[in-house]
Amino acid sequence: MTSEFLIAAAICLPLIIAAGIAAAGKFPNLREGVTIAGSIALFAIVVQLTMRVSAGEVPELYIGEALPGLAFAFKLEPLGALFAFVASGLWIVNSFYSIGYMRGNRERNQTRFYICFAIALCGAMGVAMAGNLFTLFIFYEILTLSTYPLVAHKGDAAAQRGARIYLLTLLGTSIGFFLTAMMWTWVLAGQNLDFVDGGLLQHVEMSPVVASSLLILFVFGIGKAALMPFHFWLPNAMVAPTPVSALLHAVAVVKAGVFTVMKVSLYIFGDEVLQATPSREFLMDMACVTIVLASLIALTKDNLKARLAYSTIAQLAYVTLGAMLADRAGVLGGSLQIAAHAVAKITLFMCAGAIYVATGLTNISDMKGLGRKMPLVFIAFFIASLSIIGIPPLAGDWPKYELMQGAIDRGSDWVPWILIGSSLLNIAYLLPIPILALMPPPGSKPPKEFKRPGGAPWLTVAAPLFTAGLCFVLFFIVDPIGDFLAPAFATVDIDPEVNIP
Amino acid sequence: MWEFVLDRAGYWAIIGLMMISLYIAFSAENLIKRLVGLSLFQTTICLFYVTLGKVTGGTAPILLQEDTPSGAAYQPPFEPVAQDAELLAATGERFADLVYTYSNPLPHVLMLTAIVVGVATLSVGLALIVRIREAYGTIEADDVRALDMETAALQDAEAEKELREATA
Amino acid sequence: MIIESLLVSAPDWAIRHAAVLIPVVPLIVAPLLALSPSGRLAWLVTIAATAATFYFALLTLGIVQSTPGGIISYPIGNWPPPIGIEFRVDALNAMILLIVSGMAFLASIFAWPTMLAEVRKEKIGLFLCAFLLCVSGLCGVAGTGDAFNLFVFLEISSLSTYVLVAMGSSRDRRALPAAFDYLIMGTLGASFYIIGVGFLYAVTGTLNMADIAAQLPALTGNRAVQVGFAFIIVGLGLKAAMWPLHQWLPNAYAYSPSLVTMFLAATATKVALYALIRWLFTIFQPDYAFEQALFYWVLAPLGIAAMVVCSFQAVFQNDVRRMLAYASVAQVGYMILGISIGTAAGVSAGLLHLFNHALMKGALFMAVAGVCLTYQGTTIRDFAGLGRSAPFTMTAFAIAGLSLIGVPLTAGFLSKLQLGYALFDHGWWWAVLLVVFSSLLAVFYIGRVLQAVFFQPPVNPRKHRKEAPLLLLVPLWILALANIYFGIDASFPAGLARDGAIAALGMEALQ
Repeated sequence: MTSEFLIAAAICLPLIIAAGIAAAGKFPNLREGVTIAGSIALFAIVVQLTMRVSAGEVPELYIGEALPGLAFAFKLEPLGALFAFVASGLWIVNSFYSIGYMRGNRERNQTRFYICFAIALCGAMGVAMAGNLFTLFIFYEILTLSTYPLVAHKGDAAAQRGARIYLLTLLGTSIGFFLTAMMWTWVLAGQNLDFVDGGLLQHVEMSPVVASSLLILFVFGIGKAALMPFHFWLPNAMVAPTPVSALLHAVAVVKAGVFTVMKVSLYIFGDEVLQATPSREFLMDMACVTIVLASLIALTKDNLKARLAYSTIAQLAYVTLGAMLADRAGVLGGSLQIAAHAVAKITLFMCAGAIYVATGLTNISDMKGLGRKMPLVFIAFFIASLSIIGIPPLAGDWPKYELMQGAIDRGSDWVPWILIGSSLLNIAYLLPIPILALMPPPGSKPPKEFKRPGGAPWLTVAAPLFTAGLCFVLFFIVDPIGDFLAPAFATVDIDPEVNIP
Repeated sequence: MWEFVLDRAGYWAIIGLMMISLYIAFSAENLIKRLVGLSLFQTTICLFYVTLGKVTGGTAPILLQEDTPSGAAYQPPFEPVAQDAELLAATGERFADLVYTYSNPLPHVLMLTAIVVGVATLSVGLALIVRIREAYGTIEADDVRALDMETAALQDAEAEKELREATA
Repeated sequence: MIIESLLVSAPDWAIRHAAVLIPVVPLIVAPLLALSPSGRLAWLVTIAATAATFYFALLTLGIVQSTPGGIISYPIGNWPPPIGIEFRVDALNAMILLIVSGMAFLASIFAWPTMLAEVRKEKIGLFLCAFLLCVSGLCGVAGTGDAFNLFVFLEISSLSTYVLVAMGSSRDRRALPAAFDYLIMGTLGASFYIIGVGFLYAVTGTLNMADIAAQLPALTGNRAVQVGFAFIIVGLGLKAAMWPLHQWLPNAYAYSPSLVTMFLAATATKVALYALIRWLFTIFQPDYAFEQALFYWVLAPLGIAAMVVCSFQAVFQNDVRRMLAYASVAQVGYMILGISIGTAAGVSAGLLHLFNHALMKGALFMAVAGVCLTYQGTTIRDFAGLGRSAPFTMTAFAIAGLSLIGVPLTAGFLSKLQLGYALFDHGWWWAVLLVVFSSLLAVFYIGRVLQAVFFQPPVNPRKHRKEAPLLLLVPLWILALANIYFGIDASFPAGLARDGAIAALGMEALQ
């Protein structure tokens, strides 16, 4: 099979799956079969592509121009392959989980749910494989629009309100800033939007003011990256069913955001231009502020999903921070964070969902002692928490290490302190949950009976356990991942002191 | 100064009429008066064009005996296939031959069309007024507006009632 | 490709007379319809006439594209210009003719069910007669190369439009005052235009547009030319619903019969805009300092004001048709902004948006017509829950609505993108921000309807609700799919717009 075909298949397959789900809507078992089979097929395709990328090939697909200079083009580089790999791989796990969750909860409109999910995956694949900013923007918006019905899934007033804020924030930032930045880039770069190694704008004469404004427009325009002050859509999106929060708002959507930030910093600006851009520092500060503030807010939240949402906001800022560091270690740290955080956070969300299905509980204060009844769920939660905190041998360790390295090399000595403080805050807001659940203080009330007879469906328990296991695996394969990503920063200046450990 | 003003007396009159008619068309509450204003405005335009076409010392643009090509049978004034430049040259020569000065006939012709348009507009407008009178019982713009407000309020109330019945 | 094959298969006479047949066919058929004994017969004849018009428009486009200079000059009655009236079609008006005739064709297909519901049976023939006269007038405005002839056609279309709008009185009597207001405003607009033409005639002694254009460079700075120019801009601006001369539009759109609303929204303002472009760029030269000042101090601010103010007004409308009408004025603002940039890129962006706007507004108003037919209500509350009972109508509505917002993969996105590029290129980055802001307002007003349609339960479940008839669904979906298709591959409309801009500005504008 040619690489062109594989890319086309990766983009189209989710749409075909969506059509298949629609056709099989009347028969739930068949419908879920289509989802599972489709997600596995998609993963297989992405694995194929990833192997080709790691062999040094650059799969490309050129479809045509919408207008002169605005082409639909796809080009898969290592960073995109990593994102596509993570998103499609976790889709399989999440599909199994969704079945358990949606059936366990007796949700309505399940067909619409699975259709929109598949379309959202199409958006994520498109973002990962886009060959220019125009294509990326289109799939970015597909991702926004297709997830709107998912967030509004419940249909009650709260869900509609949350979904409206979700849509307006994401559309508002993307149309208001991202699109503007894109048009500006087009004019600056001479009617071109391609992702170029070393940066599209590297040979363009720009005043520092122009470059700064452009960078700010990009980074805030990519609202999916949830950099403060455009973060509030994420907590509002938590009205969605948990599988949506798990895959989309911990993996696909938010990672599409930070991935886009990475792409812009690497392939539109390029490290040289970026380092010469004054607003880079400001955005780094914003990322640090986001890390600290979001963690502090997370501490105050009693609703489990809300706490996880703020935790996500803080963790996403790591990637933005890495991108803004604009050196090898920073970019590598950011890329690793995309994978490591995805695996850990999806685990946490799936645990939250399992708890909700079994007991109907959403508040952390009600979960004391619950670990006695659902030990596996809370063990998975515990492992994922440790990974987020960054304790070896778990995946979350590496990104923090690399980011600290990168920051020190750049002379931003205060950044490591922010990261260490963030780890401490992680401990404070994550660890009490599993510990209190597994080892309740003596004398506390015994937890409520299960709402659903038999507790959580086994699929909703197995899935987080599996991803918790992945946290371990990822720790040990970081070296190959680093090698795999190396071509992405081939042009970023190589500092001999910073090697992949 | 006075010469400048008096030389253009026709235009001043036209401008005055134009302003008056515009004012009527905008400010009158009675629909018929509005239409009168509009008609007056169109008539003023006709005056404007005709004034433009007047050539000092010129007579009505109907060829007099002396200027009619004698002896020859009637020929169309222009060869249809003639090139533009030739054509202009040819017509220029013809004007030079004329014994009398004539006013420009073209604006008159244009205004014939404009008058037809004006009449059509006037009749459509009057027909509309008849229908408005049938539907509203008045031809005062502010009364019509008040009635429309009432209708809108009524419709809202009805929808509200319907809603209450449906939810009950 | 289709056009080329049409060109090959067309008979000789058709190719020779195509340009002039576009307005003449409906003009000749119209009086026959008034005599037609049966409404259905009249309807079928209308479809045939508009189809023929569309065919000739395609043919004209093909001829324009295949002739080297890109200009068809057709002397009416074989009287050579500049003395005789000339039909002069280049890439710019070929595009407009195509839009008008194409929309007329689609509108006449779905006319039948809406007429049955909204027009008394014995009046159908007369109604269609007025419709065809309107088509003829609009095509005439777009085709003619004579300044005074343009006025005549403008009045033909306007007079028939007043009548058509007033026909809405069988459903809502408010159509009558709306039509009357439109009559007053429209006639004043046309009169202003004709005064302006008078001034120019007084100075140049000719009415042929190309001839006026040839004589104007010698008259730079002439006061009479400037005054005439101002009158023409105001007159055509009024017809094009340029803010703040748009007051007639919302009521006229809201109360006229569905067919009329759809057709007018898709074509009428576009034709006036075309005339504006013709005067601004072909007849007057944009490098004329006076005109530069006009662009910067008048047209651009007015376009922006329309975009922002009318989008705001649209957000607060409860009637979907009024909301879309305000949105129309806002969209005209985009086009005027594009024109006011004055570069080839800007005009071509404006023209592309003009084309796309015809597609989306046509689809939106057609979908609303469908709701009107089956449900008799056009407030947002009436739309609640229709997504379930009329999924096909409402999905098409949603597609066109997203296109109006400018969501990627729809036609509206690409034209706004083009506009943004042109603005950035010209250094008007502040205008880009306002375009973007106005798009966000579009998210609000379209979003309100879409949310009601798809995410709210029906307010009054006892009212009759079902899918629109097939005769409406077919043209509706043609437009909706066109919105998507031209959002993915815009080479056809973008090519038209580019050629149109070159035709308007002259070849050297490309450099």
